[in-house]
Amino acid sequence: MSTMQADTDSTDSKGSMVGSIDAVDQYLTFIMDNEEYGVDILAVKEIRNWDSATPIPRAPPHVRGVINLRGTIIPIIDLRQCFGMAAIEYGPLTVVLVLQVTTSGNDSREVGIVVDAVSDVYSLDSADIKPAPQMSDQLNTSFIRGLVTIKEHMVILLDIDNLLGREDLADFAEVRDAIKKDELVKAV
Amino acid sequence: MSIELSQFFQVFFEESFEGLDVMESGLMSLDPANVDNEMINSIFRAAHSIKGGSATFGFASVAEFTHVLETLLDEVRAETRGMSTDMVDLFLQSVDCLRELLEGLQAEVPVDGARADGLRQKFEAILDIPADAVVSETVEVEPVAIGWQIKLVGGEDILRTGNEPIRMFTQLGELGELTITTDFSRLPAFNALTLESCYLSWQLTLMADNVKRADVDEVFEWVVDECEITIEPIMDESVPVAAEQVEAPEATEAVEEDVPDADSIGLAAPQTQKKAEPGSIRVDIDKIDTLINMVGELVITQSMLGQIGADLSSDNVSKLQEGLQDLERNVQVLHESVMQVRMLPISFTFNRFPRMVRDLSRQLNKKIDLVVKGEQTELDKTVMEKIGDPLVHLLRNCLDHGIETPAERVKAGKPETGVISLNAFHQGGNIIIQINDDGAGLPKEKILAKARKNGIIGPDVVLSDEQINDLIFQPGFSTAEVVSDVSGRGVGMDVVRRNVQELGGHVSVKSAEGVGSTFSISLPLTLAILDGQLVRVGNQVYIFPLVSIVESLSVDKKQVSTVAGACDLLRLREEYIPIIPLHDAFGIEPDSRNLEKSLIVVVESENTKVGLVVDELQAQQQVVIKSLETNYQSVEGISGATILGDGTVSLILDIGGIVTIGQNTTHMQIKAA
Repeated sequence: MSTMQADTDSTDSKGSMVGSIDAVDQYLTFIMDNEEYGVDILAVKEIRNWDSATPIPRAPPHVRGVINLRGTIIPIIDLRQCFGMAAIEYGPLTVVLVLQVTTSGNDSREVGIVVDAVSDVYSLDSADIKPAPQMSDQLNTSFIRGLVTIKEHMVILLDIDNLLGREDLADFAEVRDAIKKDELVKAV
Repeated sequence: MSIELSQFFQVFFEESFEGLDVMESGLMSLDPANVDNEMINSIFRAAHSIKGGSATFGFASVAEFTHVLETLLDEVRAETRGMSTDMVDLFLQSVDCLRELLEGLQAEVPVDGARADGLRQKFEAILDIPADAVVSETVEVEPVAIGWQIKLVGGEDILRTGNEPIRMFTQLGELGELTITTDFSRLPAFNALTLESCYLSWQLTLMADNVKRADVDEVFEWVVDECEITIEPIMDESVPVAAEQVEAPEATEAVEEDVPDADSIGLAAPQTQKKAEPGSIRVDIDKIDTLINMVGELVITQSMLGQIGADLSSDNVSKLQEGLQDLERNVQVLHESVMQVRMLPISFTFNRFPRMVRDLSRQLNKKIDLVVKGEQTELDKTVMEKIGDPLVHLLRNCLDHGIETPAERVKAGKPETGVISLNAFHQGGNIIIQINDDGAGLPKEKILAKARKNGIIGPDVVLSDEQINDLIFQPGFSTAEVVSDVSGRGVGMDVVRRNVQELGGHVSVKSAEGVGSTFSISLPLTLAILDGQLVRVGNQVYIFPLVSIVESLSVDKKQVSTVAGACDLLRLREEYIPIIPLHDAFGIEPDSRNLEKSLIVVVESENTKVGLVVDELQAQQQVVIKSLETNYQSVEGISGATILGDGTVSLILDIGGIVTIGQNTTHMQIKAA
């Protein structure tokens, strides 16, 4: 954490303010459907351009297929479809973030997520991160680590272990609902 | 001694298991009437290192048990006691028991100590030690002590072996308040003094109220053999004496408890569940050397190619091609030698069989010799681990059903002792394991009658001898008239076949009534590589395991009939084979939905044939199997993935899964219709 000075130039307005050094985490953010999402930068193994994936038969639509990452087979998840957003054509800006995820079975797995574009790196003081709103009892918001306001817009910090750590990488219906309600909360 | 000992556990367990194997094979080859001293010595050495190791690592249960075993062995070694068959049995049972204890410790699950206690009592009975004495000696009573009184008489050599008393004292000092009195009485006259010898003795008083005996022992564990050490607790007068014995009664009870009959030969596999562990492998130094050599050559080729690349012109194109050829060859050899690293001689599996045959034949009152050939044949470690159980099952069947009782054998004009031979050898890219017996052979009439009774075949079906023999691999088939605990529950042979098929191999049987039978298992050398057929459907390329392909053909409309408007059947030489369009099963857009323009690949899984409709057959090649489950999950109909020459991922079909998918979709279609 002592190296944070070097990385804070991009975060001029908020977050880079050195509070207590221990509580500062760095987040890589990306854009999807004009919303900004953040993931813990330590979980990001690699950022690569979208390249075709081998589809898996009978897989849910958000699982785009598998690719060869230096000899390892890793699945590619379309995060837009996970979150119930309209699918878009992949373009030159479309990137794949390869993430190291701890699964519910306490194993480690690598998963690629397709996002619209990579945005920025922020150093965030944990004090600035607001907890995810408790919206309703049935709704599972465990995949949201928290919300943070940067330059007057909101960044949703994702807990990728809860989001992508499930054994089957499947059924994101509750995620979709949560994201939608999230937008409601924002509108307020 | 603050070294973290747990890092050596894995090595200890491996060595101990190897030691147990040595003991077992030694005991097996031991002739009680004519004891070979060298053999006893090697058994003794193995037992001794297990004892030493377990004591060092604090596995008291193992150490204590091995100690008693060792005492008896020692007497045999010193020839003060003769060896008897019963004792060999007892030793063999203790090897099992030790293995169970160690497996329990390795998996960190508690093991029932009753068996060990029972065996120990037997040893004590032989050794003539009153049980109480041993209990008080070996069971550690942990009294409440406020301190320890330690008397250490240094062995003369402790300094030479690198044990520095002052360091031990410092360590003791960390545990509590230490007072040291040095006894100079053994000091010789000045001119007899040797610089490197230790003549001192010490009286140590350690005052610390929560230091356990084990902590104190640990300090001295490296010198315990060389020095005389007496450690006595200093008791707190205020604590009632009864409290000191808290654990003692329990320990005694355990020994006096009714011990399960240890005479019954412990054939059941130990019940300990093995914890999933990465495991390790021992590799011949030769294999490593080959690898290193190959990598060296690779480095040379790389630098050569680098040079050519630095000034690339049309002149040195031929050189470049040469270099690339070298590279190709190097990589190929490197690949082969890396695969060799995973190969182990099959003796690792075969070694446990002599013991099994010995025990079983006694139990069944049969006389059987086991002949093992080709133990040095090498096989992939993973395949080896999985083939053990099916082999055990086949062997048991040979023992139980194959070989007749001595009386029956004599009546049939055969020698009293039956012979089972176990043979392993390479054939092409496969390893063949054969189990041959000179027993009764498969009773064809009985098998046929039984299959008809169980409804496996219809009453009027006529089968060839081969087909009749094959019936024994059908689920729910067992001809044993008496169901014994050795075999005969009728769940055996089909499981054997399934296990072998899961490994990508197959099992078959040849038999002649009255002469004997031969089971052959053919297995791929490794699970990491597969001979595959590349097949294209639409824009996707899939890999079919070559072993499961029966044939491929392009069809004529006339050969295809449609059942109930849902499932197409292909008539192929008097057989009707259901057709599964792979594009429908996988939801891909094919080149053409016209069957006549497609190809049908007939595949077989567990005796079910299906025809898969594909667009094009491409090359055949060996592919390296990669797991989908590492980062994703298992997918129905797909057994894994591989990376093709152009870097893209291609999925490997699981034929069994495809058949299931095909059946399901057919049912759905029928329902929909």
